[in-house]
Amino acid sequence: MRSMRLALAGGAVALVAAVSATEPPLATALPAAAVLPGQALDFPRDYGSHPQFGIEWWYVTGWLETREHERLGFQVTFFRRRQQLSDPNPSSFAPHQLLIAHCAISDPGRGHLWQDQRVRRAGLGLAEARADDTSVWIDDWKLERSGASYRADVAAEDFALHLQLEVTQPTLLNGLAGYSQKGPSAQSASFYYSQPHLHVSGSIARAARRDVVVGEAWLDHEWSSQYLDPAADGWDWVGLNLDDGSAVMAFRIRGHQGQAVWAGATLRDAHGQVQDFGPDQVAFIPGRRWHSSRSGVSYPVTWQLRLGARQFDIEPLLDDQEDDMRLSSGAIYWEGAVRVQEQARAVGAGYLELTGYQRPLSLR
Amino acid sequence: MNRSDRARGAWIAWRALTRSQLRGHPLQLLATVLAIALGVALGTAVYLVNSAALTEFDQAARRLVGSADIVIRGPPEGFDEALFASLARHRAVSAASPVLDLQVTLPGQRPPLQVLGLDPFRAAALQPALLGEIGADVTGLFARDTIMLSRSAAQVLELRRGDALTVIVGGAPKSLRVIGILSDAVYPEPLGIMDIATAQWSLARIGRLNRIDLRLRPGAPADAVRAALAAELPPGVVAVTPAIERGRALTATRAYRVNLNTLALVALLTGAFLVFSTQSLAVLRRRSVLGLLRALGVTRPQLQGALLGEGAAIGAAGSLLGALLGALVAALILRHLGSGFGNRAMIAGGAVLVLPSLAIAAFVLIGTAVACLGAWIPAREAARRAPALAMKAGDAEPSLRRLPTTLPGLLLIAAGAILAWLPPIGGLPLAGYLAIAALLAGAVLLIPTLMRWITGTATRSGHATLDIAVAQLQGSASISTVSLAAIVVSFSLMVAMAIMVHSFRNSFDLWLVKLLPADLQLRLSAFSDTGALALDQQTRIAELPGVARAQFRRVRQIWLSADRAPLALIARDIDPAHAGDSLPLLRAAQQSLPDGTQPAWISESLQDLYGFQPGDRLLLPLDGRLLPLFVAGIWRDYVRPDGAIVVARAAYIAATGDQSANEGSLWRRPQVSAPALEAAVRASLALGDALELIGGEQLRERSLRLFDQAFAITYALEAIAVAIGLVGVGVAASSSALARRAQFGMLRHIGMLRRQILGMLAIEGVIMSTLSAIYGLLLGAALSLILVYVINRQSFRWSIDLAIPWRQLAALSTALITAAALTALWSGRAAMSQDAVRAVREDW
Repeated sequence: MRSMRLALAGGAVALVAAVSATEPPLATALPAAAVLPGQALDFPRDYGSHPQFGIEWWYVTGWLETREHERLGFQVTFFRRRQQLSDPNPSSFAPHQLLIAHCAISDPGRGHLWQDQRVRRAGLGLAEARADDTSVWIDDWKLERSGASYRADVAAEDFALHLQLEVTQPTLLNGLAGYSQKGPSAQSASFYYSQPHLHVSGSIARAARRDVVVGEAWLDHEWSSQYLDPAADGWDWVGLNLDDGSAVMAFRIRGHQGQAVWAGATLRDAHGQVQDFGPDQVAFIPGRRWHSSRSGVSYPVTWQLRLGARQFDIEPLLDDQEDDMRLSSGAIYWEGAVRVQEQARAVGAGYLELTGYQRPLSLR
Repeated sequence: MNRSDRARGAWIAWRALTRSQLRGHPLQLLATVLAIALGVALGTAVYLVNSAALTEFDQAARRLVGSADIVIRGPPEGFDEALFASLARHRAVSAASPVLDLQVTLPGQRPPLQVLGLDPFRAAALQPALLGEIGADVTGLFARDTIMLSRSAAQVLELRRGDALTVIVGGAPKSLRVIGILSDAVYPEPLGIMDIATAQWSLARIGRLNRIDLRLRPGAPADAVRAALAAELPPGVVAVTPAIERGRALTATRAYRVNLNTLALVALLTGAFLVFSTQSLAVLRRRSVLGLLRALGVTRPQLQGALLGEGAAIGAAGSLLGALLGALVAALILRHLGSGFGNRAMIAGGAVLVLPSLAIAAFVLIGTAVACLGAWIPAREAARRAPALAMKAGDAEPSLRRLPTTLPGLLLIAAGAILAWLPPIGGLPLAGYLAIAALLAGAVLLIPTLMRWITGTATRSGHATLDIAVAQLQGSASISTVSLAAIVVSFSLMVAMAIMVHSFRNSFDLWLVKLLPADLQLRLSAFSDTGALALDQQTRIAELPGVARAQFRRVRQIWLSADRAPLALIARDIDPAHAGDSLPLLRAAQQSLPDGTQPAWISESLQDLYGFQPGDRLLLPLDGRLLPLFVAGIWRDYVRPDGAIVVARAAYIAATGDQSANEGSLWRRPQVSAPALEAAVRASLALGDALELIGGEQLRERSLRLFDQAFAITYALEAIAVAIGLVGVGVAASSSALARRAQFGMLRHIGMLRRQILGMLAIEGVIMSTLSAIYGLLLGAALSLILVYVINRQSFRWSIDLAIPWRQLAALSTALITAAALTALWSGRAAMSQDAVRAVREDW
């Protein structure tokens, strides 16, 4: 369900969407490929980029612990957005694909995020997303898969992440074998798999401070050409690594009145049994709200998530995990590290995403 | 006497002195004040315009290259974009922004439009304000043939959002769609912004960039990185820092600024001289008042202070007036001409005049100090004189006689002669200016000696009026120096300027004739980068029935050095054996053409700037390769101060494959009229009014008219110089007449008629002014040699041939002699208005 994050983190993408909404599609533009059920994902090919689809991302979120037992959250994200260029501009700068990267560290000691982002057109080997396997980079920011591990390297102006992410479990296909429906209409859908329980090791830097870290992360890879229902304002999403080795992905899409327009979830238990949940089996119940004095937006930061008979209580690592991209994209959302309890017992940790609380998102 | 009494005494002395002075000679006072005002105004205006231009340059640089530490620049044709990819990966580079920075040709013979083709995402790291401004339209720029305009560009071009902008790319018009107008806050200058991919495609530069802005990682040493990068860049591509670009902008106007500042200095010194002579006269005229004041107990320092105070007051009044005038002139220049001092960059026009109060105060102070300097000697003399003696008349002479002048005068002239041979200092003809100053000072110091020598050789004619006049001149050689110096200096400067301007105009005209032999000149908008005629268009023109002969040229910009502006490469038809037929050739190489090289003819600027000599080999960076050239000759070029190099077009095409042309010359068949040929040429191309067509003769006339306009200011300055000189003559004549009132009275007593005395004065005036004119002509001719061969050559890096405007000089001399004689006569009449008896009595 990361599809809509793209619009938030990547301002250019939101802009593309806005522009393409106002201009009639041009006859010469090749239509983007459609997401259809029943197509089997093919790895490692499908770890790579799918340039024929309108939108795609690799989204890593997770928890880190320093040697001083400081607990932190982190996110490293690469988006790809296909441009519907009407003309065959032979320039190697022609922006057929845009790449957007976003990274952040949730630091309770700081009280708010360390964050940075980059937007580039793909090309000249400086910003690329390879089609044969996960390998995507913008200048020296890079996410790459090799063998059974991923490597993420991001050096922003005042912080950095250099992480090795070992795969410990099989790839988790969401929805119907990787086909994930996003709304009442079957056209709103994405191909979507996750890599839960990635074992993290590496180092981070915050200003002048450097720390060796270990931790656990979650990777989402999702691609689509049409994903958001017109009736939707935004969404809520969680990806949870539970201590017993099980994993939970759940989302709901909110309508204009805050009601659920659609919802879905995947639960894989400790034995590898995967259970798929439909809209009527998933409920997001908001709890305490946190008010951002920077943006004036109010977010529900504690939640109760019901998946069938199970009930999880979700608490943030810190309240202020607001991603402020107003300088570049104008979008503001909340994306942060959360702790999970089940029946008043700590059972794991993960990430929560809340979008469309500032104003409705206008995605096609 | 206690302190307050002394102060009161000084005040009384001051008031008494000043009143009589103001009442007596307001015109002289006014001229003095104006001379100082002129100097201060000129200096202030030059300073203000220049600092406004610099501020404007800095701000524009910040806007146009953002916070770049290093800027990579190449010719308008660009370099391979792969350079961008490799520099973006460079270890020391934290952000790289690829740019196409072009002067896009516009139809209608408008000045070209500067267009920046940018990758907004990468440019944002260096110019955050830009992306903020483009905002939601960033993807709109990705569409074909789209452009955003700065508000001022939209205004000049009369376009609005959604309109079409026609530009010339190659030999054809192309329509761009204006999708947005940027606010003045981002780019106040006329400018277009395109996406880099759109720009590459729409402006026919696929695969090419001509600028890369680099920001370095914190701590990376910009100069060391620049040097390292420069070594790896392809030929013809340079790495510059903002400081280098700033220095280059400064250099472009430096020669003009120095020349104008020199003029300001001359005006100030003239002012000081006028203060000196008017104060000398004032002291003389009021000698009895001064003596009385001393007798009444005013101390020497008080008297000297009061007289110095007068000079300071004159200086302050002139300086304040000058500063005001200078600020006004600067504001007018900036409003109407921009800040470029006649550079082509002056279209920017965004320069804002900020009055730096400290600098203006400094100018006022300088003007005042100079006036005090002029007042110092007369004040000291007046204070020194014994009160009793001072109350008597007729002792003006001794004070000046004491100064030895012959030896210093000769030494100064010798020094001037030596200084004239020195090379430029820091690219400026400072030694030349010093030579002029030394020659002027030396010549002035020799005046008393020469006067004594000339009048000493005069024999008695037996004609009383004439003999008395000569005897008078013999007797007052030193005081005549003051009046002669004023007129000699101003007249010789005028003569020198007249010779220089005439020589320049003459050479310029000959040059035009040589370079514009054809009936019709054609050009595809000047100083722009995108327009050029394709080969088939050239063929079409050449094959028109009315065309007897057609010649096309390709003019390009080439970067030879990071420190210097790009030079012009002119690829044209030229016969190496007879290069002098079509080029104003100055020198040719003696050696024959070495194997593997192409002959090239360089302009004098290139010789001066890069040290190339005939017979040298040089490697010309062209499209990423080096073309081996042989300097076959040096030619004179009056339009490209940054240098130009001519190569044969066939060699150029062989080296580059570029057959396009942006200039041409056409010779018409006799049976076709010029307008008919013009119409036929226009009709043969679908370019409308983008093509500039002008008759050779018409172009020559226009160029000469522009030349005359540019030098109109020098004629104005000459007139002012002569006026100042005449004021000097008037002052001297007045003082001499004053000093001689007793003499006049005595002459009347012994039976000389008033008419005869006036005749005597007129003869004196004619003799003096004739001598001044001859002396001034000689001195002026010497100075003009320095102006022509040293100052002009070193300032503008082009030579001119000496040509003497005989008729103009003769007319000027006659006018001078007449005016000076009349001035002397008029001053004498004024002095003689008192009756003879009183005049004689005054002495006893």
